[in-house]
Amino acid sequence: MNNKILGKSIVAVSALAVIMIVSALLFILLEIYLGGRSVLSWQFLTGNPTEGMTEGGIFPAIVGTVLLVLIMSVACVPIGTITAIYLNEYASKKSFFTKMIRFAVNTLSGVPAIVFGLFGLGFFIQFIGTEMDRMFSADGSLLWGQPNILWASLTMALLTIPVVIVSVEESLKTVPNDLRGGGYALGATKWQVIRKIVIPNSISGILTGSILAIGRGAGEVAPILFTGVAYFLPHLPEKLSDQFMNLGYHIYVMATQSPDVEATKSIQYATAFVLLACTFSLSFIAIIIRYQFRKKIKE
Amino acid sequence: MRMDLQTEIIVENLNLYYGKKKALNNVSLSIPENKVTALIGPSGCGKSTFLRTLNRMNDLIEGVKIEGTVLFDDRNIYDNSVDVVELRKRIGMIFQKSNPFPKSIYENVAFGPKINGVSNKSQLDEIVEQSLIRSALWDEVKDDLNKSGLALSGGQQQRLCIARALAVNPEVLLMDEPASALDPISTTKIEDLIYELKKKYTIIIVTHNMQQAARVSDFTAFFYMGDLIEFTDTRKMFTAPDLKQTEDYIRGRFG
Repeated sequence: MNNKILGKSIVAVSALAVIMIVSALLFILLEIYLGGRSVLSWQFLTGNPTEGMTEGGIFPAIVGTVLLVLIMSVACVPIGTITAIYLNEYASKKSFFTKMIRFAVNTLSGVPAIVFGLFGLGFFIQFIGTEMDRMFSADGSLLWGQPNILWASLTMALLTIPVVIVSVEESLKTVPNDLRGGGYALGATKWQVIRKIVIPNSISGILTGSILAIGRGAGEVAPILFTGVAYFLPHLPEKLSDQFMNLGYHIYVMATQSPDVEATKSIQYATAFVLLACTFSLSFIAIIIRYQFRKKIKE
Repeated sequence: MRMDLQTEIIVENLNLYYGKKKALNNVSLSIPENKVTALIGPSGCGKSTFLRTLNRMNDLIEGVKIEGTVLFDDRNIYDNSVDVVELRKRIGMIFQKSNPFPKSIYENVAFGPKINGVSNKSQLDEIVEQSLIRSALWDEVKDDLNKSGLALSGGQQQRLCIARALAVNPEVLLMDEPASALDPISTTKIEDLIYELKKKYTIIIVTHNMQQAARVSDFTAFFYMGDLIEFTDTRKMFTAPDLKQTEDYIRGRFG
């Protein structure tokens, strides 16, 4: 009898927890939508900010965010995937070296985002960028030794590499060893087994990992704070050495740096709504990809 | 051992360790060509481990150490000069749990030839058809070669795995309890297939099923606690084994 009561109360507590989480999410979404509803429009998505950023659209911030995550993905997806393949397929599980890499990955994913921002400033801009200018710039003018979209993307990539590594490794682990053995028993080399059996069977994990990383990168602001994001730019970025605007940072500057914070309130809400819509749709795409691949394998 | 038989594999003084634990103890055995050799013994006796030493699948497990020699084609397969990949093409393997790749039936069988560089479509078609015919699966799947291998029944999957192994044209087939997860009808089909296959291949099969060993094999090796206890003609093994220990096991008194 006691067990029955216990069982029921566990169900009740879990249901309560679920309801709390879901309602918190719904409340946030509703709040943001209602707050930004008045300015959300096609013009808002495609227009430039006007009137000292108290009116107009957020097009440059959307473009900046998209470019940022694209450049970041080019860096973090291959590096993260290759590292995961090395860790799961090649590295001896017990070796000191492997343990060091794992320790580094775990620590990296626990480092606060702002520390990545400071690191990017110190390493990419002040060290690499300055050295590049010294070598390539004839008249000694600053080109790479200042914040730009390349350094911001690479800094963001450092933050998202652990995300990619962890999710790719998880999906590599789901490939049964029987399948690997089946490949080896046919005289496949290790690389052939990885390329023809392991990767095709974990491709959905690799893709979802990448998309999760992109979602994470789209939402973070701290890593790009010192490394490339701009308050306001009259032009879209055209080269890797240009600065850029960003959705998350746009919300921040309008909420704290604007001369008239009250006037920007609905723009803040609407910008947050766009940012959330972007990351949600990325997660949604990730789910669809996973589902499609599962279905394909079963057929 | 009768001397008129050709020997395919000669194992001499084989010792195998998992870390510090010894799993095979000084095993010596000659496996005859174009015959079925059954490996029997209680769980954990080392028979599967022994089977996996023959195509060096134990290399894939961390911490395994092997001493002794396994002569195949007059060469010690544990010699440094031996190409393991090449060896595994010549000594194929069927696993306990059927493990078709999550690809089409055609792609499953074509996998081995493809990684060996066969890319000609008509040549691949031919290999796939011949392999499926030899594994007695062709009639059942010839109309849906593009269906996933996973859509087949358990017994069909195992025959698909056999076809896949045959496609690289091996000389020896190692079978690790190939029918242990199958229903009696599928098991019979696999056993009939083994009988057919031994005309062309040397087969070594691990089995827990005494009747199966008696039915399909020509020779039987009895393993116990990492030792090879007795190795002889299957008929003799199951009627008048030399050792009492063997007899007790076969009669089901232990293990």
